[in-house]
Amino acid sequence: MKQPADVDLSITLCGVRLPNPFVLASGILGTSETLLEKAARLGAGAVTAKSAGLHPRAGHENPIVVDWGGGLINAVGLPNPGAHREAEVLAEAKARLAPLGVPLIASIFGGTPEEFAEVARIVLAARPDILEVNISCPNVHDEYGEPFAASCAGAVSVVEAVRPLCPIPLFVKLAPNVPNVGRIAADVVAAGADGITAINTMPGMVIDVESGRPVLTNRSGGLSGPALKPIAVRCVYEIAQAVPDVPIIGTGGVTTGNDAAEMIMAGATAVGVGSAVYYRGLDLFRPLCEELAAVVRHHGAKRVEQLRGLAHRSHGVPWKENKL
Amino acid sequence: MKASDFHVPVACAPRLRPEGPYGLLPRALPIREVCRENYRILTFVLDDDLPEARPGQFVMVWLPGHKEAPFSLAYHRPIALTVAGVGPLTKAMHRLGPGDVLWLRGPYGHPFTPESGSQHPLLVGGGYGVAPLAFLAEHLRAVGQQPVAFIGGRTAEDIIGVARLEALGVPVFVTTEDGSKGEAGLVTHPVSRFLAEGRGDALYGVGPHGMLRALARLAHTHRVPAQLSWEAYMGCAMGLCGMCEHDGVLLCVEGPVRRVIP
Ligand SMILES: Cc1cc2nc3c(=O)[nH]c(=O)nc-3n(C[C@H](O)[C@H](O)[C@H](O)COP(=O)(O)OP(=O)(O)OC[C@H]3O[C@@H](n4cnc5c(N)ncnc54)[C@H](O)[C@@H]3O)c2cc1C
Ligand SMILES: Cc1cc2nc3c(=O)[nH]c(=O)nc-3n(C[C@H](O)[C@H](O)[C@H](O)COP(=O)(O)O)c2cc1C
Ligand code: FES
Repeated sequence: MKQPADVDLSITLCGVRLPNPFVLASGILGTSETLLEKAARLGAGAVTAKSAGLHPRAGHENPIVVDWGGGLINAVGLPNPGAHREAEVLAEAKARLAPLGVPLIASIFGGTPEEFAEVARIVLAARPDILEVNISCPNVHDEYGEPFAASCAGAVSVVEAVRPLCPIPLFVKLAPNVPNVGRIAADVVAAGADGITAINTMPGMVIDVESGRPVLTNRSGGLSGPALKPIAVRCVYEIAQAVPDVPIIGTGGVTTGNDAAEMIMAGATAVGVGSAVYYRGLDLFRPLCEELAAVVRHHGAKRVEQLRGLAHRSHGVPWKENKL
Repeated sequence: MKASDFHVPVACAPRLRPEGPYGLLPRALPIREVCRENYRILTFVLDDDLPEARPGQFVMVWLPGHKEAPFSLAYHRPIALTVAGVGPLTKAMHRLGPGDVLWLRGPYGHPFTPESGSQHPLLVGGGYGVAPLAFLAEHLRAVGQQPVAFIGGRTAEDIIGVARLEALGVPVFVTTEDGSKGEAGLVTHPVSRFLAEGRGDALYGVGPHGMLRALARLAHTHRVPAQLSWEAYMGCAMGLCGMCEHDGVLLCVEGPVRRVIP
């Protein structure tokens, strides 16, 4: 991919090289090798597949996503073709992405730690570059109960089940609605996770006043888009403080290069992009790179990595001394 | 370093964010009038306008307690939807009358755009696909083109929309598979004849996928541009969920109208 010439936007996540930090977030564009390839060709630095479970699922009935003004709310309900079909799609996606130099991140979910392990074993056959365990979907509560991300013990139990059979970098996707996200991050890292994706959507509800009914068929859903960004930035900041050397894919409300710079200054290495595909179109990755490069340049830096964690280094330091 | 450098230009043109008042949450709109088109199709005229909407675009209609689904705009001033009663949602809609409410968000999708250089566009519709054709014909006439319409159906009972097109001064050719009205056979036959005789220089089609594929072949053979409206199962209508993918194309944002280049 063509990069802004004077600024190096490439990064590495646990040895996996990304041409730029922008990662298509899980669940955006569903499960399709063609669409994942399309995102990569349009300049994504990495692409994440839709979360897959053991068995095929239809997901929730429409309405599944609406724009409520400050952002989106969705309860798609994890529709997916099941782990075996997912592995075939991922293998095809991997074959198409490899020549483009764009890594593939597989995403999985399960009802028990053992089910996570079973799904991991099946999809790892497709040789994705990174495995992300989605322990934080807020929209399948009726069937799966409280997400594993809600407690340290729950989160750790999934990592302990998946780690031994996962030879590639293992990322854990965390939820924002916990009292201490930094502690959960520290515990999953201690249990063997290599990286953190933060955050998943924030539980919410929108009610139609005319009918007196929640708009989403699932009634509650997950907030994403601009409204989520300050929540996500703070989570990333806390996680970076708790596990300073662990790579984070900062996700939540990133719509512009400025937003991405905020995530990186909070401590993220890469930046997830989801709802912005609605606000700006799927061809948003190249403009995002240009905008982020402008921030890097503005700070007199050459590599985007130099911005990482700037907000931590600036704490308590007078402005003029707050140099890279 | 200037202050203006610090504000990184944020080229955040929200291109996909639908324009117009119903782009966000579903809005409750009263039904002004319900017109029966035939034994299975009704047209709902609503009490509001979508002045910016273009022919070929669609809205998502929600009935609380039922689901939400896409419907093409049959008109925009006032909003009109032509709905075939095929399943739970559409049958529930058919039980509604004036004063009842439908919830709409949109308009969404890529519309028909007049082919520059075309004088005699051919408009082809089947089933409820006829709905947006009069809206489109009005648009094409406004830019000085002389559209001709072709409407196909199984029997005379299935043919709708003729009066609205004729009221606009658009000649209408009807075909039925059983010959009970107009020419017997498929709608693509008279279209093919028109193209062979050089009486058409662009194709616009809305209807079943089989008809659209036949129109695409005709456009290719006769080297005329075609704009075809493809239906797919739709979830979000916002380019996010991937459910409307067809050959790598997201039909909710890159469609439903796709242009076939001759
Ligand atoms: C861009 C577009 C424009 C459309 N315009 C019109 C129109 O102007 N008039 C009209 O009568 N119908 C239109 N439809 C089809 C309409 O959306 C379906 O008929 C409607 O969803 C049926 O719902 P139901 O509950 O009554 O029937 P169901 O029994 O649920 O479905 C009947 C048929 O509709 C299809 N369908 C169901 N849900 C959806 C969905 N969310 N998206 C797409 N298709 C679905 C099913 O595959 C099935 O073939 C359009 C569809 C699309 C994609
Ligand atoms: C329509 C939609 C579907 C999603 N599906 C998934 C999913 O399957 N797995 C997952 O881990 N996250 C899923 N998410 C959450 C996103 O990956 C992301 O964490 C969240 O939307 C915040 O980022 P954003 O503000 O950039 O959208 C989904 C989000 C949306 C909007
Ligand atoms: S309907 Fe969701 S992407 Fe098109």
